Amino acid sequence: MAHRNTAARHAIPALEKAPTGITGLDQISGGGLPKGRTTIVCGGPGCGKTMLGLEFLVRGATEFNEPGVLIAFEETPEEMARNVASLGFDLKDLADRKKLYLDYVYVEPSEIQETGEYDLEGLFIRLQHAVDRVGAKRVMLDTLEALFSGFSNPGILRAEIRRLFRWLKAKGLTTIVTAEKGEGTLTRHGLEEYVSDCVILLDHRITEQISTRRMRIVKYRGTQHGADEYPFLIDEHGISVLPVTSMDLQHKVSNQRVPTGIPDLDDMLERKGYFRGSSILISGAAGSGKTILAATFAEAACKRGERCLYIGFEESMNQIARNMKSVGIDFEPWVKKGLLVHRAWRPTQYGIEMHLLRIHKLIEKFKPDDIVIDPITNLITASTERDVHSMLMRLMDFLKENGVTSLFTSLSNVGEIAESEVGISSLIDSWISLRYTEIFGKRHRGLFVLKSRGMAHSTQLREMNMTSKGIKLGPADALLAYRDRERDPQPDIDSAPRTQKVQTKSVRRGSSPKVRSARGAR
Amino acid sequence: MKRSPKAPGACGDNHFQLRLYVAGQTPRSLAALSNLKRICAAHLDGRYRIEVIDLIKNPQLAQGDQILAIPTLVRKLPKPIRKIIGDLSDTERVLVGLDLRDLPGRKAGA
Repeated sequence: MAHRNTAARHAIPALEKAPTGITGLDQISGGGLPKGRTTIVCGGPGCGKTMLGLEFLVRGATEFNEPGVLIAFEETPEEMARNVASLGFDLKDLADRKKLYLDYVYVEPSEIQETGEYDLEGLFIRLQHAVDRVGAKRVMLDTLEALFSGFSNPGILRAEIRRLFRWLKAKGLTTIVTAEKGEGTLTRHGLEEYVSDCVILLDHRITEQISTRRMRIVKYRGTQHGADEYPFLIDEHGISVLPVTSMDLQHKVSNQRVPTGIPDLDDMLERKGYFRGSSILISGAAGSGKTILAATFAEAACKRGERCLYIGFEESMNQIARNMKSVGIDFEPWVKKGLLVHRAWRPTQYGIEMHLLRIHKLIEKFKPDDIVIDPITNLITASTERDVHSMLMRLMDFLKENGVTSLFTSLSNVGEIAESEVGISSLIDSWISLRYTEIFGKRHRGLFVLKSRGMAHSTQLREMNMTSKGIKLGPADALLAYRDRERDPQPDIDSAPRTQKVQTKSVRRGSSPKVRSARGAR
Repeated sequence: MKRSPKAPGACGDNHFQLRLYVAGQTPRSLAALSNLKRICAAHLDGRYRIEVIDLIKNPQLAQGDQILAIPTLVRKLPKPIRKIIGDLSDTERVLVGLDLRDLPGRKAGA
């Protein structure tokens, strides 16, 4: 058995990685799978094991110049090729170009009679032959455990599998072995005992009739890896894992400012507006004017010649466009110019991760400077709050990484901050809170800046008036004059101009912003 | 092991075409070949032909007969194809595998 003996025992650098080319997986694994080692990919039926392995081979062959060998124990190459054709993978073409070698290993126990001693040298020979044919660097064995049904002598089988893993390692082949998940064990036949370099567990769960696939790196020897469960999707472009993109929080930070679209509100934010690439939350009760504020922001972006993506989870584009005309905002010219792209879909249409992916893809395609999501709270109907929070965190990270200024609206109950808002508060740079104040039988809309990182923002509560020319903010003390009659005089009330029409000339910080915010939040 | 014992236990007039897959001259392969020759001589009376295929020399031939285990004996003729793996040291089982005899306690056609 010459080839077994010639196997070179060259040392492989401890942390060398073979990139999978699978979106997101290379990020959570710190660069890919352990190069020259075997990785076990396990999970239940239909969890995407085979898909992951195939994409690893195909991307290796097409993007990293690493030809691959697929030894399929359960499906014929024809079946495999058909299964992945929908992903745009042409296995036959790759095979014709000698980038991929497919071998179907058929194990039918009823045809085999066992008499005495044997080994699985035939499998080794076939593997070696396949590797030689294409100069393979990558191997996938799908599903090696099929051998357990084919041979009745478990002692021989285990010894041979152990030898196989050693052989693969000695040859320096980066290998994926797929395995069915067992009960209480990672794999049904305990393959993880033989391979200790890297184990990836896939999972496919249905919660509330919405399916979510998840991936977890159970083990990755000698490397730092994301230990969480990461949702992933299989769509027409293969697998996408959605990692927390910025575990280390290293976004580029811009000092550039973005006007809010409302001069009065700009004044409250150092007369300049938001920071570019920051995330903005507009929260308020139903009918408090969130969408108008969001639309104003979108329109202002287009007026500056920027590209804006507007995603609606509540109203159709036509409905928003119609309603906004009443406050003097016309989206149509911007849509025609290609500066505004609006998409509306129901939150319950997909699982939460699909939303994220869809937004990701829109962003990658349209490359917006600004994005509006109206409202994010509706997503909770599609999933649990925890999942929504995690999804939003990843979305915001992604947006920040791409320098997109993002504005979210959030529906909260009158006078209080919703739980969901508390959850994402830490992710938000500027938070504009809208609320009602009822005074003498009339409802007044109030606006104040709850927080705005990195700037000396106003702490005033301003009355918000919708006019046919957009949003105007009333003077700071107009509302307060009514409200505070029965209260102690506030020493920190900014002395804003008294005349109704004049815009706030300057913004001075209150001496005690916390007190003001707390008062506003009542 | 399940079998589909369509063919009768006896060999009839059929000529046996046997192919033994080995990987180099290992003791196990040599044992398999000598066991096979002995069994054929005793039970097939010249109505057989043995072809030995060394997969080290011809690795591409492993795919055709779906060879994994070494040694593997393939009965190409008479049909249907039968496979027997191991060093063929258990003569009874080899005979069963070649459809030359039923296992004790197991009836043909069951």
